[in-house]
Amino acid sequence: MQRIGVFICWCGSNIAATVDVERVAEIMKSEPGVVYSANYQYMCSENGQQLIKQAIKEHNLTGIVVGACSPRMHEATFRKAAEAAGLNPYMVEIANIREHCSWIHKDMEEATEKAVVLVRTAIAKVKLNAPLTAGESPVVKRALVIGGGIAGIQAALDIADAGFEVDIVEKNATIGGRMAQLDKTFPTLDCSACILTPKMVDCAQHEKIDILSYSEIEDVKGFVGNFSVTIRKKARYVDETKCTGCKICMEKCPSKKGLNTFNMGLNTRPAIHIPFAQAIPNVAVIDPEQCIKLKTGKCGICQKFCGVGAIDYEQKDTFIERQYGAIVVATGFKPISLESFNEYGYDDNKDVITSLELERLMNAAGPTNGVLLRPSDGEHPKVITFIQCVGSRDTSGCGKPYCSKVCCMYTAKHAMLIREKYPDTEVHVFYIDVRTPGKNYDEFFRRAVEQYGVDYIKGMVGKVYNENGKLMVQGSNLIDNEQVTIESDLVVLAAAIEPEPSVRKIATLLTASIDTNNFLTESHAKLRPVESPTAGVYLAGMCQGPKDIPETVSQASACAAKVIGLLVKDKLKTNPCVATPDEMMCNGCSQCANVCAYGAITYIDKEFRLGGGKTEVRRVASVNPAVCQGCGACTVTCPSGAMDLKGFSSKQIMSEVEAICKK
Amino acid sequence: MKDVEMKMLERAKALLGSGEVARVIGWKKGEFYFDPVPASFESVEELSDFVYNGFCGANLSKYLIQMSKKEGKTAIFLKPCDSYSFNQLVKEHRIVRENIHVIAIECQGKLDIEKIKAQGVSAVTEVEEDGDTVKVSSLYGETTLNKEDILLVKCATCKSKTHQAKDEEIVLHEMPESKNNRFDEVEKLEAMTETERFAFWKLQLQKCIRCNACRNVCPACSCIKCVFDNPASGIAAKANDSEFEEKLFHIIRAFHVAGRCTDCGECSRVCPQNIPLHLLNRKFIKDIDGLYGEYQAGETAEGKTPLTSYTEGDKEPNDVVDGEAK
Repeated sequence: MQRIGVFICWCGSNIAATVDVERVAEIMKSEPGVVYSANYQYMCSENGQQLIKQAIKEHNLTGIVVGACSPRMHEATFRKAAEAAGLNPYMVEIANIREHCSWIHKDMEEATEKAVVLVRTAIAKVKLNAPLTAGESPVVKRALVIGGGIAGIQAALDIADAGFEVDIVEKNATIGGRMAQLDKTFPTLDCSACILTPKMVDCAQHEKIDILSYSEIEDVKGFVGNFSVTIRKKARYVDETKCTGCKICMEKCPSKKGLNTFNMGLNTRPAIHIPFAQAIPNVAVIDPEQCIKLKTGKCGICQKFCGVGAIDYEQKDTFIERQYGAIVVATGFKPISLESFNEYGYDDNKDVITSLELERLMNAAGPTNGVLLRPSDGEHPKVITFIQCVGSRDTSGCGKPYCSKVCCMYTAKHAMLIREKYPDTEVHVFYIDVRTPGKNYDEFFRRAVEQYGVDYIKGMVGKVYNENGKLMVQGSNLIDNEQVTIESDLVVLAAAIEPEPSVRKIATLLTASIDTNNFLTESHAKLRPVESPTAGVYLAGMCQGPKDIPETVSQASACAAKVIGLLVKDKLKTNPCVATPDEMMCNGCSQCANVCAYGAITYIDKEFRLGGGKTEVRRVASVNPAVCQGCGACTVTCPSGAMDLKGFSSKQIMSEVEAICKK
Repeated sequence: MKDVEMKMLERAKALLGSGEVARVIGWKKGEFYFDPVPASFESVEELSDFVYNGFCGANLSKYLIQMSKKEGKTAIFLKPCDSYSFNQLVKEHRIVRENIHVIAIECQGKLDIEKIKAQGVSAVTEVEEDGDTVKVSSLYGETTLNKEDILLVKCATCKSKTHQAKDEEIVLHEMPESKNNRFDEVEKLEAMTETERFAFWKLQLQKCIRCNACRNVCPACSCIKCVFDNPASGIAAKANDSEFEEKLFHIIRAFHVAGRCTDCGECSRVCPQNIPLHLLNRKFIKDIDGLYGEYQAGETAEGKTPLTSYTEGDKEPNDVVDGEAK
């Protein structure tokens, strides 16, 4: 006979203000199988737990139901309490009467009625629970960092410094990411490359770090502590082990008209190239779309001139499979496409540029060697107008609903740098709001206005058009309540940022959740901000949300701390709620193995007795409990209903449904 | 057709006579000309009953689940459409390919005795097919009927005349091209309003007598124990306790075979109540094609199936609105 205990939590007034907790506890006393029912102000408190422990011992409880908050909050707490009182922790069920009930209802009568049903449902389930014991799985002491920008670099360095092997997988030919493209950084105005490149070099030199550049994630299997990742090393047509980075190939290459993507397409580069001077690895790569030899079979000049024989036109993509204990996603961002923003004339006017393009135009290693010249005619622009929030905070549907967070600061930086270097230039900034929270940030912005005389205009721009070679910026000045038109030589758009699109595929491979804006979702917005809800996956940098460099670096180091905390463990406790097949029902059709994301299901030939001394050998499914993550995909796929999940059996779920439907 | 039957018999005798196979699965004479029944022949003598005529519509592939596990090799005659079911069974490890010798046979479309009766011809003693017409002999004389009017539903909407699996072939005449019209009826259903559609299925499914013929004949229904026969599944009892029983049974069955159903049409052929059950499956097939790209179950015995594999291009649930892909 089952002896169930029910514990109803008030959660202060969180539950008790909407649910009559005393009544719920009282009603439960007469539920079949329930021998004890109580309510308490904070069940998760030391005293609340004590109450549970005592009741388990005094009433010889065989299972308990806690009516409280979401199991994501305190299931572990109550399981531990039960275990301490000698009850198997998997004999605990949580009825979520807070998030699923008190928080979403106003009427006390209705909420109380619903709470009663929810607790009854949990009782129906716990009656069918069986004691389970967690197993153990080993931890592979190696981490994978996806993305080699500042976030990935910082995470990798911190993890490697703790003594663990780290692989950085970067899809471009060099690590460095977006930060390598920036000129100066706010609020200190130090040179971006000067602070980034030493870290890139550190990565290259670190004996624990392996940089897999020009590589992409092809497949991910496994789970926390035991990921198995297939990495595609794309053919770069240059032998990485031989190339010395001498750049003779770049000089000799006859196909020089490729857009230089590192310089945001503002100038050209040869088909064979090293993206920038401090690239790591300092190894050339051939763009197969542009290379004459690869397209027509005729040329081969770079191969002739290469002193070390590094050029290999026959190179193919190769695949490597490696095991990791933890994965850091640091895939970064890109500025949004401006095709839905015709009003700013970006596509029609060469002198309407994005802020990232301006970074390259101001950079000493950029297309103009750091001299600010406008793209159309190479003249010095005398009047420059910045437009903020291009696609940010946009509820029209053309852009992004969120604030891109970094634009106010970098626009102030650009304005200030231009006024500093070219004092005869007039600089206007259109803004909706100026948002500058952060250490020394508002001071920075005020310097731009007060010391550098940048003209900030509160208002939005309606239109940018070309009139007699001048860019006319038409906008409203909300402070003076008037329409203004500013005749400009250069217009700079602070385009919204969005997550690098490849993150969608990676999120899917990792089964990591993603929000409607394609930002990866953290496990808890406040308390677990660098962890993905998928165990063993951590989030650093812009892939999780807009943030600046200091925040990115902090988040990357936080990820590293989490990864190190995981990798120092030799073994992890596994989830005992795993799938098990009923071999008598299984017909070996393989559908469950096809849907298993973890590769936990294999097949064995097993002999079965048929009666009358006869036997039959049948192919049946077999689940590796150390690999199974209990997702339940197999249980719903099996047409015979042969697969079931411990702790969430079909019978348990059906009994829950029945408890809800019963009047 | 007579020459095809002769050739098949000749091969069956040779295979059994030489001991190359232990049994041959084909059709034997029934009580009447128009009801040949599936049979396993284990000796040359037993073949005296062997028959192959215009009424051999049955898909024999499911018999292999038991037969291919027996001692010795099994030969089987498969029409083009049956070969899809065969591949699907191989794919799901339900039959042992190495133990089977597949003889791919000619099919000119099989006839529906009920439709012949509906044309006013009863007591059929023989039929002779000649292109688009069929000469039907009966106790009451001879009649010539339009073949299209008396084809089985599954043959009137034949999906393919290509054998997808074979070890040898007996095809003596050209087989008519398939018409690619099998989704026409589904489209009519889709064009209905929800209320009309519900009324249609309610009317059809209330005829069901739960004889389980559709399930028992279905090559995709190959579970060791069907959930409807398993009290522990919690479904069997539920299906029984409401007026919704038949609908639940057929809808669950359609879900269970979704992505695996080759559209062999046996469910509708065997239904004693003439319920167009194949339309449920065809709706699934059409939707799968629309959502995940053209897919024909049983075309091969390997490879991934759209409902149990993931690709990046897969539709997200919120891309599907009102049952249609956005």
